[in-house]
Amino acid sequence: MRGYLLRRAWQSLLTLVLATVVVFLGVRALPGDPALALAGEDRTPEALAAIRREYGLDQSLPVQFWRFLTNALQGDLGTSIRTGQPVSSMLRTALPVTLELSLLAIAIAVVLGVGAGVVAAVRRGRPAEWVANALALLGLSVPHFWLGLVAILYLSVATGLFPASGFVPVSESVAQNLHHLVLPAVILGTGLSAVIMRQTRSSMLDALSTDFVRTAEAKGLRPRAVIGRHALRNSLIVVVTIVGLQLGGLISGAVVTEQIFGLPGFGKLTIDAVFQRDYPVIQAVVLVTASSYIVINFAVDLLYSIIDPRVRVTGDAS
Amino acid sequence: MTATAPPESLVDAPPVLDVRDLSVTFRTETGSVSAVDGVNLSLAPGEIVGIVGESGCGKSVTAMSLAGLLPRSARIDGSVRLQGQELVGARPSTLRAARGRDIAYIFQEPMSSLNPVLTVGRQVAEVLQVHERLSRREALERAVELLALVGIPSARERVKHYPHQLSGGMRQRVMIAMAVACSPKVLIADEPTTALDVTVQAGILDVLRDLRDRFGTSILVITHDLGVIADIADRVVVMYAGRIVERAGVQRLFDRPQHHYAAGLLSASPTPGRHAGTHRLQEIPGLVPVLEAQPDACTFADRCPAATARCSSAAPPLEPAPLAADVGDHPHEVACWHPRGDRPRPTVEEHA
Ligand SMILES: Nc1ncnc2c1ncn2[C@@H]1O[C@H](COP(=O)(O)OP(=O)(O)OP(=O)(O)O)[C@@H](O)[C@H]1O
Ligand SMILES: [Mg+2]
Repeated sequence: MRGYLLRRAWQSLLTLVLATVVVFLGVRALPGDPALALAGEDRTPEALAAIRREYGLDQSLPVQFWRFLTNALQGDLGTSIRTGQPVSSMLRTALPVTLELSLLAIAIAVVLGVGAGVVAAVRRGRPAEWVANALALLGLSVPHFWLGLVAILYLSVATGLFPASGFVPVSESVAQNLHHLVLPAVILGTGLSAVIMRQTRSSMLDALSTDFVRTAEAKGLRPRAVIGRHALRNSLIVVVTIVGLQLGGLISGAVVTEQIFGLPGFGKLTIDAVFQRDYPVIQAVVLVTASSYIVINFAVDLLYSIIDPRVRVTGDAS
Repeated sequence: MTATAPPESLVDAPPVLDVRDLSVTFRTETGSVSAVDGVNLSLAPGEIVGIVGESGCGKSVTAMSLAGLLPRSARIDGSVRLQGQELVGARPSTLRAARGRDIAYIFQEPMSSLNPVLTVGRQVAEVLQVHERLSRREALERAVELLALVGIPSARERVKHYPHQLSGGMRQRVMIAMAVACSPKVLIADEPTTALDVTVQAGILDVLRDLRDRFGTSILVITHDLGVIADIADRVVVMYAGRIVERAGVQRLFDRPQHHYAAGLLSASPTPGRHAGTHRLQEIPGLVPVLEAQPDACTFADRCPAATARCSSAAPPLEPAPLAADVGDHPHEVACWHPRGDRPRPTVEEHA
């Protein structure tokens, strides 16, 4: 297990370095000149040159990259071209919003998806399954942004049940914070929960017809134990993989959802930065996204080995 | 004979398991399948009865139907009484209370029949937690004892292992430990040794025999393997296409099979009492039919060397065999219009 984790950590680091290079080059390949964007009205060659010098844009690419890398390792991600604030402090305010939104969305998606999936499998061929299937289909085919707009229209504007936009940090008021985040989280989680539901349903159906579930029944266990302890635990192995694969989509979904609900999160930061050619911010944002992918994959692997003892052993052996 | 008959008093006691006129029909997408038809069967306390027959004869379906373990597509008719209590059509809670406590199962595939993500100790303990209301700790403690009882060395370590860490024979012993945890009255072993190699097989059969001798458990052993029957059973029931075609004491069936199907299976098989290893059933030309409905005819007629017109126009009832010799401890019955009578069992050459 130790060796396995070390190897994974090493792979992750390599991926991260690669991601950094790609991001660095990718940002510079974007059309548009940040100096122009910054200069505003004063577009004299002298002014532009001064700006380029100030932000180090006049250096060669390798030098720029080296500087970026060494600074990043010290926690200095540079200064935003647009706001003049340190990028790291911008991230510090934006990241918690997105993190909370995503975690909430995942939690909602897992609870709804696994619950509905189990019901659909256990009540196969009965009305409960049809309802669950229909909802899953809806969740998969209706785009987030449309669902978000509809939700704002009916649940916020028309009835005032939820705030239409804005954000209150947890540190100020937990209740207010949740009140602002629940609706976006549900919207963000719908797609994921539909995927989870369908996956849970199909792997539950497989699990329910296995020999070991028959053994569990032959032992006289209650349906709750047969379904939960025996069938579901085995189904979750597949579900965890799917969730892991889907989390990437969740991050991009968060960008859109934040935009719709006016949440000052990572998504908003990203979009603003891209429109303004705010190199340092874009770099930082992509770097953080790449790292979070890596961390998520790592977490999924760990979760695997918790659920499935067979993985633990293969990990040991290799 | 290794398969010692249980004490006479036990055989005369009322049966622990009494199956009357059991029929099972499956609804499938392509129509219905009649898997079991009019089976009568009883198990005396401490008795070991074998069911033999080719693949697809309905042995497993019969076994599963006893405790209601068949899928919802199965329709079960008739009566299954376990210690006097009716199980066919019983409430789910009644069935649950009986399963694992009064009637327990051992299945063929010891790998897939154990849950891969739970420790074997946990899986044994579960039964005790449900039926004997033991705490998890107490149940795990008992699981150690049970694993030791079925011959698993260093049981205290083994309880913490997962199924994939054990060999096939060990897993099957775990299955047995699980099945006997609550000292059931009836144990159904559906091909308990088929997936195991010969030396391991003998060990498993010893465990089963030992359970019968120590706790008076009645055991129904289902198998393809006449060696297993010869080794362990007191009585044999021969099934063909969902029906019982013959039943007798083991020695008796091996000496004087009456049904031509039984005779076919038995040619080139071992003599009872010898640890003769694996003996697959003799191949008989043709296949077991999959029946939509049970015809009023002998279903073996088209494969039978002795078939006449009568065989395809009326189903023979299960009746005492027309034998001059003494039938022994167990009744000998056959469902055949042209039973073999006093002829000894055929040799391979004779049958081929
Ligand atoms: N769930 C089911 N749906 C439809 N038909 C079934 C089902 N289960 C069993 N059958 C049919 O019932 C018949 C008897 O099957 P069964 O499993 O009892 O045979 P068996 O004697 O145990 O054979 P084997 O020695 O291969 O285990 C077969 O024709 C089989 O196709
Ligand atoms: Mg079978």
